[in-house]
Amino acid sequence: MPESSCSPCCQPASIGKKIIMALTGLVLAGFVLGHMAGNLLMFKGPQAINAYAEWLHNHPEALWIARVILILSVVGHIWTGILLTLENRAARAGGPAVDATRRASISSRTMPYSGIVLLAFIVFHLLHFTLRKVALGDKDFGEDVYAMVVFGFSSPVVAVFYIVSMLLLCLHLSHGVSSVFQTLGLRNERWRGRIDLIATAYGWIVALGFISIPLAVLLGCIK
Amino acid sequence: MVKENGNSDQHGHTLSLRLRVWRQNRGQPGHFEEHFLAAVPETASFLEMMDMLNEQLIREGKDTFAFDHDCREGICGMCSMTINGMPHGPLPGVTTCQLHMRNFRDGETITVEPWRARAFPVLKDLAVDRSAFDKVIQSGGFITVRTGSAPEANHTLVPKQVADEAMDAAECIGCGACVASCKNGSAMLFVGAKINHLNILPQGQPERERRTLAMVKTMDEAGFGNCTNYGECQAHCPKSITLDVIAKLNRDYLRARVKEFFSSTGKPSKGGE
Amino acid sequence: MKLESKIPAGPLADKWNNHKAKLRLVNPANRRKYHIIVVGSGLAGSAAAASFAEMGYEVSCFCYQDSPRRAHSIAAQGGINAAKNYQNDGDSVRRLFLDTIKGGDYRAREANVYRLAQVSTSIIDQCVAQGVPFAREYGGLLANRSFGGAQVSRTFYARGQTGQQLLLGAYSALSRQIGAGTVKMYARHEMLDLVLVDGQAKGIVTRNLVNGEIKAWASDVVVLCTGGYGNVFYLSTNAQGCNVTSTFRAHRRGAGFANPCYTQIHPTCIPVHGEDQSKLTLMSESLRNDGRVWVPKDKADCGKPASEIPEDRRDYFLERKYPSYGNLAPRDISSRAAKEVCDEGRGVGQMVDGKRLGVYLDFSAAINRLGESAIRERYGNLFDMYENITGENAYRQPMRIFPAVHYTMGGLWVDYNLQSNIPGLFVGGEANFSDHGANRLGASALMQGLADGYFVLPYTVTDYLAGVGLSGRPSVDRPEFKAAVKEVQDRTQWFLQNKGTRSARSYHKELGKIVWEKCGMARDKAGLQQAIKDLEALRADFWKNVRVVGSGEQLAPELERAGRVADFLDFGIMMCLDALSREESCGGHFRTEYQDSGEAKRNDDQFAHAAVWEWQGENKHPVRHIEPLVYEEVQFTTRSYK
Repeated sequence: MPESSCSPCCQPASIGKKIIMALTGLVLAGFVLGHMAGNLLMFKGPQAINAYAEWLHNHPEALWIARVILILSVVGHIWTGILLTLENRAARAGGPAVDATRRASISSRTMPYSGIVLLAFIVFHLLHFTLRKVALGDKDFGEDVYAMVVFGFSSPVVAVFYIVSMLLLCLHLSHGVSSVFQTLGLRNERWRGRIDLIATAYGWIVALGFISIPLAVLLGCIK
Repeated sequence: MVKENGNSDQHGHTLSLRLRVWRQNRGQPGHFEEHFLAAVPETASFLEMMDMLNEQLIREGKDTFAFDHDCREGICGMCSMTINGMPHGPLPGVTTCQLHMRNFRDGETITVEPWRARAFPVLKDLAVDRSAFDKVIQSGGFITVRTGSAPEANHTLVPKQVADEAMDAAECIGCGACVASCKNGSAMLFVGAKINHLNILPQGQPERERRTLAMVKTMDEAGFGNCTNYGECQAHCPKSITLDVIAKLNRDYLRARVKEFFSSTGKPSKGGE
Repeated sequence: MKLESKIPAGPLADKWNNHKAKLRLVNPANRRKYHIIVVGSGLAGSAAAASFAEMGYEVSCFCYQDSPRRAHSIAAQGGINAAKNYQNDGDSVRRLFLDTIKGGDYRAREANVYRLAQVSTSIIDQCVAQGVPFAREYGGLLANRSFGGAQVSRTFYARGQTGQQLLLGAYSALSRQIGAGTVKMYARHEMLDLVLVDGQAKGIVTRNLVNGEIKAWASDVVVLCTGGYGNVFYLSTNAQGCNVTSTFRAHRRGAGFANPCYTQIHPTCIPVHGEDQSKLTLMSESLRNDGRVWVPKDKADCGKPASEIPEDRRDYFLERKYPSYGNLAPRDISSRAAKEVCDEGRGVGQMVDGKRLGVYLDFSAAINRLGESAIRERYGNLFDMYENITGENAYRQPMRIFPAVHYTMGGLWVDYNLQSNIPGLFVGGEANFSDHGANRLGASALMQGLADGYFVLPYTVTDYLAGVGLSGRPSVDRPEFKAAVKEVQDRTQWFLQNKGTRSARSYHKELGKIVWEKCGMARDKAGLQQAIKDLEALRADFWKNVRVVGSGEQLAPELERAGRVADFLDFGIMMCLDALSREESCGGHFRTEYQDSGEAKRNDDQFAHAAVWEWQGENKHPVRHIEPLVYEEVQFTTRSYK
């Protein structure tokens, strides 16, 4: 058998790419759950969330290690996602003139699109609450994360964008999480239904947790 | 669909159809051609309907539509048509040759296309070149045993459950509907079925890692897409092979890569071998 | 025509071993210098090609399908026999041999059959090692079942797909060699002529079905494993592409064609439903284990639904005629009994051509006795298949079945080495004539194909190659090759240019009707003479009026079909001539003049021979030769299944 011209690292096999997708996805899915749980401190009041933010800033090493892992995961996830999408389009050769889908879920078919919107969301979100460059006016919130969030979501346009993005995250996660099991070979017909259910539930828990905050601000529950 | 009275003296109903059929010569662009076909008995199979269309074309002095078919009993895997967007047509779990016209309505428009995938170039009209599948098998889809070198058959015990599982995978007829139905043009269901059949049997263990890496490599080189877990392949597979084979292929691949990485041959690892 | 069977001397049980010890060998270093052409990639072809390549020969393999894995061996459902005696029920090589000889109604060659039984055990070993997922018992050992009325359980099976699994095994062995570069595989290539140089087979001419290229290939030896001729009947259980062309082209070049009238009719097929039908579908014979076969006693009931016909108005004709075997009577006998009741007008099902051709196969008794779930477990896939094709639920109403052509025992004449009367032309599998006599036992076809491919041809072809030496392969520039290519080109051009009006398929259908009526399950002198006349007229009309559309440079299914139908027309006449000249009934060949109240009556004094036909030229009748069948060990007895 002919030897491969390139090492498996720079040109991973199809399954290799899937494994990269699954592992980076797993990191990101775990992150959003943790992030969401932290965010819920908003409901405990300004002290809780501000203390949490302060604690994070007091551990810069841990924060940066997490950030590096996240950045690597995001880059790996996006890069592999783009490769997969382009290769798959080419392999399909246009597809049949009549489209008939028997089983593929909406979430599975919209992964690249939900992914692109989520990328845009992440950029906006980082500019918004991490770098504080957009949609916050000229105010300086200092250490008062609570006030910043309340002010940030007081704009209905921004809040709705967050809510819509989180619904897309739910869609993305419901296919992504169950795919992690499939790609790592941890799924079979007997467990498929249950794993799909877990994945959907996971997506909804994360999304509803995130959505609860802008919604609460919009509805005036958090001031 | 079940008729209680199989004894009726009439031939049953006939259908008139409007057919949009793909016409293409090798290496040239293709297009749809429209034909009307009347008096199609609903007892006819889809391929018999295509035979009728071709006979009509011969009477008109026109070229027939080339399509692949052979056993017409659902086992050889040669027939391949995308019917109204569905490989092997609307009835799940059957090949085109086992699809009967009673599944269509009188006056219906039926669109007939070849398998659409980069790895399956069109040879003519509805016939495509599926030799990429053969190449995948040639790269590792076998157990190396020379004629005459086999041990007594009952020396190798194979638990019934394992034999049944291998048989589930071995039912694959290699038709390519998985590739044609996959929105990514991926061949993972086929390769998964083939690898599983051999990888779970005791006889297949010595070559397990080598087989997995080699077949995946050939699959990738042939221009198939990547699996993104749509599940369309399972839904269109005429033998109802499940995504389990893909999950197990993924696991075997990961295992083979890890084993290769930690192998103690003392040689640097080379991809795919 | 010289017909030397070359059966080795010595006791029957030792013949093959003694013979093998005497066969010449080729030095391993020299093997790659020999080129072997294998035509056909079914069980025999794939197995032979893979085995030759493993030995070190240069091999080219050709098939008309898009992949070698699609050959029609794949459709065999039931199983494969082997004298392993794993069930401790008294099986042995000798018993399998005797059953096969008796099943073949004493018209097979004794020594070949004994060898077949001998190597049967190695086949199972080989297939298991390749990963064929045969059915297993809970302890992990191989399971067996009794099949086709055998008194012992010697059949190995893989669900209802034994043929598929065995072929995939052989295909994987072949694929390994293709991957290693030792076999060159040419799929979508059809062999259209055999090339002889100095009286020896030295190559073939093929047409590349994709681009129309007609090309000559030279080799040291040619091995044909191209299957049977069942499609001469148009409707059969064979695949659409199965054809007689390669063996008939060899016949036209001088190879004797033996016993073409031996065709096997399978009793359990789904009946014909209409004029546009292209194919008959076989239902596994195992259904007869639990189904009861019947028709109404009274013609007047035939149009009624089965549920309206009371028990006392049903005729369970197999149980009535053959009390000891009942619904499990052998294939030819069950088939003929079904035809008889339908000829009496008592058939059931749809009227096609003014006749009802079908009998009931009723599972209600078994469902009542064992429960529907037990029946579903045993035959679920068959019931599904039946419902899919007919739209009827066989759990609620009886199945309808009718016999259909299924296998052909005749084929190119070969000697003990599987070499035809043309030196250098070997023939394996269904394409040869030697092992099944006048009727084939269930689960024996797979056994024979693999026996020839794995365990006979590798030895005997080697012996031939050792004899011809290294300078044997001619160049394709020789006039013999050029002339053969020219002939094929001319014929192809003629088809494409003929301004006819009728499609090749319409001729094929008409041919099928004639031979099915006159040379099918029952034959008689007047009918056969009429058939020959009708076929000659049809052939003349074909060569005037056939219309072939398409181009010579693209896939051209009509061109392929026309060539095959042309050969089937010639072949059909030869088949009728053979049936006419065999004035006895034996196995699948039933002459109504020669019977004992419905039972086949053999004439061992005059017809214990193979009839071998020699081509005499276009539009001339072939000439009949005989090879006497000498039985050293077996006594003739009359088959009785009463």
